[in-house]
Amino acid sequence: MNELERCLANPGEPPFDRDRLLERLRARASAEGLLDVAYAELDSPLGRLLVAVTPRGLVRIAYQDEDAVLDELSRALSPRLLRAPERTDQVRRELDAYFAGERRTFDLALDWSLIRGFAQKVLRATARVPFGQVTTYGSVAAEAGSPRAARAAGNALGSNPIPIVVPCHRVLHAGGGLGGYAGGLDRKRYLLELEGTPPPRRR
Amino acid sequence: MPPFQLLVDAHAAELHRFLAGFLGPDDAEDCLQETLISALRAYPRLRNGDNLRAWLYTIARRKATDVSRWRMRRPSSALDSIAPSAEPAEEPMPIPDDGLWSRVRGLPEKQRAAVVHRFVLDLDYRSIGERMAISEEAARQNVAAGLRRLRKEINP
Repeated sequence: MNELERCLANPGEPPFDRDRLLERLRARASAEGLLDVAYAELDSPLGRLLVAVTPRGLVRIAYQDEDAVLDELSRALSPRLLRAPERTDQVRRELDAYFAGERRTFDLALDWSLIRGFAQKVLRATARVPFGQVTTYGSVAAEAGSPRAARAAGNALGSNPIPIVVPCHRVLHAGGGLGGYAGGLDRKRYLLELEGTPPPRRR
Repeated sequence: MPPFQLLVDAHAAELHRFLAGFLGPDDAEDCLQETLISALRAYPRLRNGDNLRAWLYTIARRKATDVSRWRMRRPSSALDSIAPSAEPAEEPMPIPDDGLWSRVRGLPEKQRAAVVHRFVLDLDYRSIGERMAISEEAARQNVAAGLRRLRKEINP
């Protein structure tokens, strides 16, 4: 390598302020209507949660692997998806208050676009089950218009895109058994205990 | 398409280095901002997600070329006159401006991009070709032509 090439290869490190770049990008994307999905990670007593919002409202809360959830959101909603914690502030505050036992209902706008048809009806019915009460799969199926579709209701609840806020943990087996939970039964049990409706323990 | 955030995470730092070489450090961040906003605007309409990196570099080169033309028309821009008071002189000039870099910035656009890719980003000719959407051979020729021209200007 000759002298010229050596000089070209050593331009010095230009200062790169990644946080400032991203902050400006989010602000501008937001102002120009280019931020379709904003997300952030939150810490909770149930572990790390990924929370995503659209201009319509809260669209996703996920317990699982971040990359898979982001891919899902990108495919189902829009690839204009940026990490933007300031856009999820209200969700974070309400969840914090809920986990601290200071809040029983959420005042969050919800975006239902990840779920359609009967499943959405089941989840909307579930969203009406109040704090501190529980119901059954058959009962939310009936509320959704198909009293005999308890199993389909179970599937819908299993794919709830907005757990905790749409309280699928309040739906149990008719016999009082816990039923299922996409985030694992330990989390379901935790939420029920937090709400003062501890499920019967089974051996 | 992957989430746009992942694209930014994967490529922003290198794009910034490319733009700092191509334009100079003062304009790199603003130009990167413009690049990313343009990319974000077009992203959902993009048909082919195979070579997103080349796509980003194409946008970056186009934006950077716009900035250069604008700079040439107005050598002392509003930005330049604001910069001294807004940014105290403590910050060291990161790219030593001994004339070499202003000469690099005077190269024809393709040669300039190829030279910056080759030396600032330390890429081989195949990668340069991929990023510039030209053949490996064309990348080699552009780097060589750029170097010839720089040598001639430095030692006329």
